[in-house]
Amino acid sequence: MPTPSFDAIIIGGGVNGLACAGRLAQAGQKVLVLDAADTPGGGALTGEFAPGYRVDGLAHLVTHLDTRMLAALKPERHGLDWAVDAMATTALSSDGGHLTLNGAYGEAVQGLEEAEAQRWTALRGRLLRHTEILRPLREITPPLPGKGGGKGNLLALGRAGLNLRRLGREEMQEFLRMILINVHDVVQEDLTDDRLRGLIAFDATLGAFLGPRSPNSLFLLWHRLSGDAGRIRWPRGGMGALATALAEAVRATGAELRCAARVDRVLSDGDRATGVRLESGEEIAARCVISTANPRTTFMDLLGARQIETGLVRRLTNIRMRGTAAKLHLALKGAPDFRGADLRHRLVIAPSSDAVENAFNHVKYGEFSPAPVMEITCPTAHDPGFAPDGHHVLSIVAQYAPYSPRGGWEAGRDALQAAILKQLEAHAPGIGELITAVELLTPADIAARHGLVGGSWHQGDLAVEQMLFMRPAVGIARYATPVPGLWLAGAGSHPGGGISGTAGWNAANEILGAA
Amino acid sequence: MNDLRHHFRTPLMRSPFHPRVAAANVLNAWAPWAGVTTALNFGDVAMEHSAIRNSASLYDISPMIKYAIEGPEAAAYLDRLTLRRASGLPVGAVQYTAWCNDAGHVLDDGTLFRLGEDRFRLCCQERHLPWLQDSAIGFDLSIRDETEAIAGLSLQGPTSFAVLSAAGGADLAGLKPFRLAEVHLGPAGPVMVSRTGFTGDLGYEIWTTPDRALDLWDHLMAEGAPHRLRPVGTEALNIARIEAGFIIANMDFVCAEQVLRPDRARQPDEIGLGWMVDLDKGRFNGRNAIRAARAGDTLRWALVGLDIDGNVPAEGAELYLDGKKAVGQVTAAAWSPTTKRNLALAQIRRPWHRDAGDRLRAEIYALRELQYHKLMLPARIVDRPFSSPKRRRATPPGMF
Ligand SMILES: Cc1cc2nc3c(=O)[nH]c(=O)nc-3n(C[C@H](O)[C@H](O)[C@H](O)COP(=O)(O)OP(=O)(O)OC[C@H]3O[C@@H](n4cnc5c(N)ncnc54)[C@H](O)[C@@H]3O)c2cc1C
Repeated sequence: MPTPSFDAIIIGGGVNGLACAGRLAQAGQKVLVLDAADTPGGGALTGEFAPGYRVDGLAHLVTHLDTRMLAALKPERHGLDWAVDAMATTALSSDGGHLTLNGAYGEAVQGLEEAEAQRWTALRGRLLRHTEILRPLREITPPLPGKGGGKGNLLALGRAGLNLRRLGREEMQEFLRMILINVHDVVQEDLTDDRLRGLIAFDATLGAFLGPRSPNSLFLLWHRLSGDAGRIRWPRGGMGALATALAEAVRATGAELRCAARVDRVLSDGDRATGVRLESGEEIAARCVISTANPRTTFMDLLGARQIETGLVRRLTNIRMRGTAAKLHLALKGAPDFRGADLRHRLVIAPSSDAVENAFNHVKYGEFSPAPVMEITCPTAHDPGFAPDGHHVLSIVAQYAPYSPRGGWEAGRDALQAAILKQLEAHAPGIGELITAVELLTPADIAARHGLVGGSWHQGDLAVEQMLFMRPAVGIARYATPVPGLWLAGAGSHPGGGISGTAGWNAANEILGAA
Repeated sequence: MNDLRHHFRTPLMRSPFHPRVAAANVLNAWAPWAGVTTALNFGDVAMEHSAIRNSASLYDISPMIKYAIEGPEAAAYLDRLTLRRASGLPVGAVQYTAWCNDAGHVLDDGTLFRLGEDRFRLCCQERHLPWLQDSAIGFDLSIRDETEAIAGLSLQGPTSFAVLSAAGGADLAGLKPFRLAEVHLGPAGPVMVSRTGFTGDLGYEIWTTPDRALDLWDHLMAEGAPHRLRPVGTEALNIARIEAGFIIANMDFVCAEQVLRPDRARQPDEIGLGWMVDLDKGRFNGRNAIRAARAGDTLRWALVGLDIDGNVPAEGAELYLDGKKAVGQVTAAAWSPTTKRNLALAQIRRPWHRDAGDRLRAEIYALRELQYHKLMLPARIVDRPFSSPKRRRATPPGMF
C-alpha cells in the first residue's frame, strides 16, 4: 500500500457518513467519503419514479436530525430550508371524523373530547419528561456496564441521572415501571380514543419488528420522541435537497466526496485496516476506515470473516435485522380526498392499537398484512413542483411486510400493493381512479437498493437487547472495533437509524478522542 | 453407533466394540464418555495399569469426537482456528493442538491428523461443530462430524509394536511418533495406524470402520495374547496419563464454552499449553487476547505437576501456601506405580507456580472407615511428564 493520503476514508455518504466526515474535517483531518450511489444522502434522497413525478425515495420525514451537526456544519448556508417546520399529524378515520395533532407531537389536538384531551396532555407530558432522561444518552458513546467512559460521557450520564432524579419519586417509579412495557398497555390504560391509541401505537412500532403488544415497544416511542421532542419537519425540495445541502456543507469543511464509488473491500495488513479497494479495482490508503454500511456487511463482506475472530462472527450473524416497512409511491392526476383531511399533514391510517397489532401478526408468519397500517405524506401539497400541474404524488410507508414472505415477492407484490390501495380507497374514496403510476418497494427491494440488510430501518432492529453497549453487538458498540483502524459510524451503531447523523457524529468524537 | 430414535430407551450409545468390551467387563463397571457407555475397568486396575507399562493394553477410543475437515483451504482454516501452525504439518503427521475463543480462553485441546494435502481429522473431547463452522465462514472447505463413522483402539505399552507386528503391521517399524500410515492387518483388513496415544509410552492408535471393529479387536487380542495384551479401562488409563502429565478437557480445565463462572476460563499459558501458541503465523482466534495477556502480565493461573508426600492420592485437594493461604487446587491425582510417587496435576495461582518453593501443602481428606482424616502433606512442584520412558520415542521401536 502507498502511504496513506487520507486520515480517514468513510464508506457511505448517507447522513451518518456526512456527519462523521464534517466533524472530522472540521477537526483538521483529511477525509474522503465514498458512496456507491450517484448522489450522496443514502436513505435521504428524492427522485423521479414516473416521468414528471418526484418523491422521496426512502425516508420522507425528518424527526431526529442531530442538532450538534446542524450547528457545526450549518447546512442552511448551503441551501437547507424547511418547507414545513412542524408538520401536524392527522389520524384518519374512515368516517371522516379525523383527529389532528398540532405542534410538537400534539401540543394541541383537534377532534378529541375535552376529558380525553386532558388525558392526552397528561400522557404526552409524561412521555416527554421520560424522554428527557434518555435524550442525553443519544449523544455519547455507549458506556460499558460498570465503566464510565470518557469525561463527556460521564457528564451526559450524570445529566441522564439528574433528569431521572428531577422527576421526583413517584414519577421516577413510573418511569422505571414503564421502561420495558408495551405501548398497547399504556394507551389502553391512559386513553380511551381508538384513533389516538392507534396513532401512538403506530408511531411506537414504525420501522420495528414489533407490535404494540410486544414487550418494550414503549421504548421505541421514547426513542422517536428523543429526536426532536416529536417535531416533524420536511425540507424544501425534499429529502434529496437536505442531502445536497448537507453534502455541500461537508465539502466546505474540506472533506472530499466521491459518488458512484462502491467499496468492495476493506484492506488490511493482517492486523489493521489500511484502506479500501473500489469496485473499479482502485485502492486507496488511509490511516483509518470508517464504515457506515451495515455492520454485518462491513465485517463479513467488506473486511472478510477471516479477518475477525469467531466470537465476533457469531455475534454479527446473530444481529437481528428484520425490516417490516414497505414504501409505496403514487402518481395521481388530481388531489386525493381523505374525507377532508389536510394534505399538508402527515396522514396516518392506524384505526386502533388492535388494528396495528393485527397488522403485525401476519409478519411473524412470513405474510404481509391484508390491512396494513401506514403513514402518508403528500409532497405536492407543499411543493407543486413534485408533479405536473394539478397532479399529485403520495409517499407512503406501510407496515407490515416481511423481508421474505412465504411464496416470495414475485408472487406477493401485487397482492401487497392491492392491500395498501384497498386501505387507501377506504379512506380516500376514488383515489384508485386518480392513479397514473405506482412504485412499490418491498423490504427486499429496499435492501437491494440501499444495502439496508433485511430491509431493516435501523440497520439492525432497534430493541432493548440491541441497544447501547449491545448495539450493533457486544465488542463493537463503541464505534471502535477489534480491528485497529476500522470504525463503525452508521445506523447500525448507537443510537440507531433515522435521518439523524448522530451515530456518525458520535463516532467522529470517539475517533478524535482516540487520535 | 445406535439408532438415535431410541435415545430415551438407551440414553447411552454403544461403541462398535461393545460386544467384546461388555463380555470382558466382569464387574460391570461402566461410565459415560461423550454419550457412549465405556468400561471403567475390567476387574483389576492394577493389572491393567501394569499392562500399559509392562506389556500391552487395548483401550477403546471410539467415543472420541472426530471431525473431518476437508477442502482447498482446510490448512489455512486450521491455522486460523488453532494455536499451532497446521499448514506446516506434513501429510501423514499428527499434531497435538488446542483452540481458543476471542478472549484467548481454551475451548478444547485435541489431536490433528493430516490425512492428505486438503484432508484433516480433528479429534477432541467435547463437541464443537457450531464453533468450527462459524470459524469456517469465508473458507473453502467442509466440516463433518465423523465420530460414529470411525472406530478406534489404542494399543499402548512396551510390547505394543510386537503385537502390531504379529498382527501384520511389521512394516510400521519405521513409523515415528506423531506419524500415521495405512496398513493391512490380516482379517481386520486395511486400517490406519498412528503412533500416538495418551499414556506417554510406546503405543499406537488403530482406526477402522465400525463394521470391521470386532474383527480388529479379535485379531489383535488373538495375536497379542503371547505378548500379554489385555483390555484396559479408563481408571488405569487415567493413572497412566497422569504419569505422562497429560491434561483432559473438563477435568483439568473447563472448556471456555461451558464455563459458567467468569474466573474459570483459562488461557493456554494458564494450563501449560503456552508452548503451542505460534504468534508468528498470522491471525488466529484468540491471538490478540493472548498477546495482550502476556504483555499486560494479566495471566492469573498456571498448571503444574506436583509430587506429594505419602501415598494418599490428593484428588480434589486444595493447595495452601505455608498451610494458610489457598493458592490452587488439584485437578487430577494418583499414586503412580511406575514412579512410586504420589503425583498430581494442579491449577495454581501465579506467581506461586514459580515461587512456591517448599511452602506448598496439599489438604487431603482421607476417608478411613467412615471418618475423614485431614492431612496437610508437603507438595513440591516438579516437571512434567513425571515419567517418560525412552521406548516411547525409539524408532524402530523395541520388540519387547
Ligand atoms: C421504508 C423506510 C422508510 C424510512 N423512513 C424514514 C423517515 O421517514 N425518516 C427517517 O428519519 N428515517 C427513515 N428511515 C430510516 C433511514 O432511512 C435510515 O435509518 C438512514 O438512512 C440511515 O442513515 P445512514 O447514514 O446510517 O445510512 P444510509 O442512509 O443507508 O447511508 C449509507 C450509504 O452508504 C452507502 N454504501 C453502502 N455500502 C457501500 C459500499 N460498499 N461502498 C460505498 N458506499 C456504500 C449507500 O449507498 C448509502 O448511501 C426509513 C427506512 C425505511 C426502510
